Amino acid sequence: MALPQVKQDATEARLAALDMPKGGWPEAARKDAMGRVRAMGLPHARDEYWKYTRPDTLVQPEAPEAALFDDGDAPVFGGVDSLKLVFVDGVFDEAASDAAALEHVSIDRLADAPDIHWAKDLYGTLEARGQAPVQRPLAALNTAYASDGVLIHATGRAAKPISLIYRHRSTSSDAILHHVVKIDSGAELTVLESGPAAARFNKVMEVDIADGGTFHHVRVQGRDHERRAATAIFTRLGTESVFKSFTLTANGVLTRNECVIELTGDDAVAHVAGACMGDGDFHHDDTVFITHDALNCESRQVFKKVLRNGAKGVFQGKILVKEGAQKTDGYQISQSLLLDDDSQFLAKPELEIYADDVACSHGSTSGAIDEEALFYLRSRGIDEGPATDLLTIAFLAEAVMEIEDESLQDEINGLVEAWLSRRRG
Amino acid sequence: MGRPCGPGNEKGKQMLEIKNLHVELEEEDKKILKGVDLTVEAGKVHAIMGPNGSGKSTLSYVLSGRDGYEVTEGSATLEGNDILDMEPEERAAAGLFLAFQYPVEIPGVGNMTFLRTAVNAQRKARGQEEMSATEFLKEIRARAKDLKIDAEMLKRPVNVGFSGGEKKRNEILQMAMLEPKLCILDETDSGLDVDAMKLVADGVNALRDEGRGFLVITHYQRLLNHIKPDVVHIMSDGRIVKTGGPELALEVENNGYADILAEVA
Repeated sequence: MALPQVKQDATEARLAALDMPKGGWPEAARKDAMGRVRAMGLPHARDEYWKYTRPDTLVQPEAPEAALFDDGDAPVFGGVDSLKLVFVDGVFDEAASDAAALEHVSIDRLADAPDIHWAKDLYGTLEARGQAPVQRPLAALNTAYASDGVLIHATGRAAKPISLIYRHRSTSSDAILHHVVKIDSGAELTVLESGPAAARFNKVMEVDIADGGTFHHVRVQGRDHERRAATAIFTRLGTESVFKSFTLTANGVLTRNECVIELTGDDAVAHVAGACMGDGDFHHDDTVFITHDALNCESRQVFKKVLRNGAKGVFQGKILVKEGAQKTDGYQISQSLLLDDDSQFLAKPELEIYADDVACSHGSTSGAIDEEALFYLRSRGIDEGPATDLLTIAFLAEAVMEIEDESLQDEINGLVEAWLSRRRG
Repeated sequence: MGRPCGPGNEKGKQMLEIKNLHVELEEEDKKILKGVDLTVEAGKVHAIMGPNGSGKSTLSYVLSGRDGYEVTEGSATLEGNDILDMEPEERAAAGLFLAFQYPVEIPGVGNMTFLRTAVNAQRKARGQEEMSATEFLKEIRARAKDLKIDAEMLKRPVNVGFSGGEKKRNEILQMAMLEPKLCILDETDSGLDVDAMKLVADGVNALRDEGRGFLVITHYQRLLNHIKPDVVHIMSDGRIVKTGGPELALEVENNGYADILAEVA
């Protein structure tokens, strides 16, 4: 079916503003991805999966300007011993980064990887698999045009996390990063991500987890108020493997975080969670698609949003249980705490089940601060502001507790507390 | 605002003074309290008894500053300070404590975090130094032990999954940690078996001292066997209709409210 002219025009206009990196092993994958982009067309407001989030500023040829925001705070994950890799407006900054040496892990830069590389078999593969049944054209665009990124191969248990730090220094930067992570059988790795990255950020991370592998991901998206981001994680899990991802988002005029998970081996576990705090001109969209295609797998989606002063939150979460994926245990919850009448939360939970011996639950709620609880706290001498903060932190707790490492949980809670207390002045 | 530091409360001094208090429900335009007069002195335990709907719980809520009530007439002071104009947290810092009839469950907020925040918020409001983590831990462990509250319960979210008895003991633990000047106990005996009630009563009795006043609201005389009141008031239709000694509670226990109400009608 031919694309509508308007979509075709918008897609070509965007492609015209980009240069595809030339040569090397990724070239074939880039060209394939380019074909997908042209076939699908970039997202349009009338697309079903973009009904609640306007894609135009993510698609337009130039990135809308985004003012730099110096929060003056200590670096995120500053207290965590990690191997730091720094990107400035989407370009790897070697001088600011640690040496890419970590036992049981190989780390290469996408931009200068040699002609023969393990990532050749993976780059763009999981993204391409994730294009059905729902199209994700911005991710295909990413595969085609990503100019930088890291290729991480874990062959054993990594002694410390790899921390990807995204700095934003130009008000008009338009960054496209693509990471590939390969976790071997029995290997274990944690990847941290933090920072605003760019005025407009398109990021894809493909994570292939072999049997018995474990991958943890904790991300804090930067607080620059005007930044825009469209990110996607594509992961495939083997037998008895584990994938756990958590994202904290505070501020940002537009964020779309997609997570596409495919459970292909028996007894695998996938958790994806998010906590977001929005104030004013803030739009945050979590779009998740989990496919159960093996026996006895567990998936959890836990998303919590605190919204105030007209902030808007979106959740689209789907669990697809394929025929034969018996004993699936799927859980999905999305909740918003609306601190005023102007803020809005839109949720679209979906279940599609073709197996008859499964347990899938889903729930979605929107509510205000519990007045009874607030009075109880105040009656014990806690001022209204801190009492409201305490209840807000409590609201987010279920999502934050999805992070397995307690010190990372503390780190996240500290950021939440700081964000809330700044708003009390 | 805030209570003075250090000792200086003498026995017999007026702690709580309520004069001609009239209260309506904000939303329903319904009169609940119709002229309550009541004085609780430091060092004394006053009990308020009365049938359902007489206004006992409303009195406790109005004193602690809950939303939804409008004071149309009268006054209430704590150590001479008007409390009706204060926010709930200011009343707490001034020394008022309400042990809730139905303690609220707060998922996600740890009991310890909650109590430490509360203790330090009150100290701060009174211009005192905050309690250090070690000091707080030592204090709460000792208090919790007296009330047979184990470490596990302290770690759990506030009142979540607590039994009726555990919730009430948790109220008393808070009271012990916050060391208020005026303790209001709203039907603290409801939902408790005899053993649990005795434990709660022991906790309350341990806090009785000359600088502290108590207002114990209850339906039944039973609790008053364990927390012996100095004065008993009978409340009916929004007023204190009779005041007497502990024997008044026994009279209610034996004959019900009907006789007393008929007598004062």
